[in-house]
Amino acid sequence: MNSVLSVNNIHKVYHTTKAEIEAIKDITFNVNQGDFIAIVGPSGCGKSTLLSILNGQENVTSGKIDYHHKTIGYMLQDDALFDWLTVLDNCLIGLKIKKQLTKENKEYVLNLLDKYGLKDFINSYPRNLSGGMRKRVALIRTLATKPDILLMDEPFSALDFQSRLKISNDVYQILKEENKTLILVTHDISEAVTLCEKVLVLSKRPSTIKNIYSIFYSQKTLPSSKRTALEFNDYYQQIWRDIDHE
Amino acid sequence: MSKEHKEYLKALKKHKIKIYFWQIIIFIIVIISWQVLTDLKVLDSFIISSPKNIINTIASLYNSNNLFIHIGTTLYETLISFIISMLIGIVVATILWYSPFLAKVVEPYLTILNSLPKVALGPIILIWFGASTTSIIIMAILISSIVLIINIYNGFINIDNNKIKLVKTFSNSKITLYRFLILPSNIPNIISNLKICISMSLIGIIMGEFLVSKKGIGYLIMYGSQVFNLDLVMSGVVLLCIVATALYYLVYYIEKRYEKTTH
Ligand SMILES: Nc1ncnc2c1ncn2[C@@H]1O[C@H](COP(=O)(O)OP(=O)(O)OP(=O)(O)O)[C@@H](O)[C@H]1O
Ligand SMILES: [Mg+2]
Repeated sequence: MNSVLSVNNIHKVYHTTKAEIEAIKDITFNVNQGDFIAIVGPSGCGKSTLLSILNGQENVTSGKIDYHHKTIGYMLQDDALFDWLTVLDNCLIGLKIKKQLTKENKEYVLNLLDKYGLKDFINSYPRNLSGGMRKRVALIRTLATKPDILLMDEPFSALDFQSRLKISNDVYQILKEENKTLILVTHDISEAVTLCEKVLVLSKRPSTIKNIYSIFYSQKTLPSSKRTALEFNDYYQQIWRDIDHE
Repeated sequence: MSKEHKEYLKALKKHKIKIYFWQIIIFIIVIISWQVLTDLKVLDSFIISSPKNIINTIASLYNSNNLFIHIGTTLYETLISFIISMLIGIVVATILWYSPFLAKVVEPYLTILNSLPKVALGPIILIWFGASTTSIIIMAILISSIVLIINIYNGFINIDNNKIKLVKTFSNSKITLYRFLILPSNIPNIISNLKICISMSLIGIIMGEFLVSKKGIGYLIMYGSQVFNLDLVMSGVVLLCIVATALYYLVYYIEKRYEKTTH
């Protein structure tokens, strides 16, 4: 398969006035085109650190990342929509910052907004949107710059359960349809095993990869329906036992 | 619209009218009793003037073509100081935001300057810049810009961390961060500082006019008190009230205009 991201032996130490914190000990994995990968692990084990490194915001202490000329988009837990901008302008902000606001790109964004049920809201301000809609806007803002790989750091954890199921389905469909690769950090094992086909379990800090699961369902359905599939419980239990709970 | 809602709106309007009514009544009562009490010689109009005398004084200022010179001078100086102070506030705050190192270094100086009663610097400014309009304006700028720098800078550094993270997912440039997040999200803060700036500028200008000047409302008040012409002093105060209110509404108008464009 087509490798889009190779992470080789990365090691990360933070230096603060009080201490030296070894966040990541040694992590290596490979991501192929179209993969949906979930990363789970105990709280504070270095998941967000890993994504920040992949996005280039944090440097590695040692190790190497090969992007294979692919681009990265990062969706954070907080939607961080700018309340002084309309929905459309919020979606265009990345393009403006990266100086990529061409006619085609704007068309692409309008198209996404249209396709994912936000057509009537392009001139509204974020305060008029529901939590799920805000997430979709945040996702489209990330998709606008046409990244090959999407990083998501607990993107839905602020939502209530119902909205979370719904947005998981939406995101799954959107990303499959747009042919993206996903790396999702989550606390929610059920989210990991329904949205993704591969789950990396990290050990507690300083983190290493403890286990990698390939998730397979005999029936192809949307994430929310997988929760009632036969395989769901097994994966859930195995991963649950694998995570070092304190 | 339902009947209840109509009635609710009507009651609300009535309530508002009632407030206006009492505001005007109080004004009229004060003016009339002031006039009557001085007419009856209960109060000495030489000491506290009277509404009639004030109107006559203002009229004679107008007839001698001096009224608008004084008002104009004060307005002009205030607006100049207002504009320069705003610019200084925004520019310096921007520099401090851009360089946390510099911000840390100048922090104690800003605190001292801010707590220092700036009038104390009046005589020094006079010596340096002479008895001129420049001195008056510099005085006002000193008074208003320090607070502005601090207020605007505080707005710049108190930005939702998640929004900063978001911009950084697209670019690590500080200038980009400023342009797309820091400045636009601080427009409301800057606008609300316009009000502070205009009133501080006016205070500074009047204070400057007290110290040195041949014209302006501050001059009228100072001159009036020196020759013990209380009518002139009171007229100056009345003119100042009018100017202050006018400037306040100017800023208020700008604020409303801004709100309209964003909502
Ligand atoms: N900028 C930083 N400076 C110093 N230490 C940091 C920094 N960011 C994270 N850390 C530390 O590194 C460790 C890993 O943090 P990280 O946020 O990556 O964990 P996480 O797995 O995302 O946690 P959570 O599950 O709570 O989101 C923690 O001990 C944290 O305190
Ligand atoms: Mg985290």
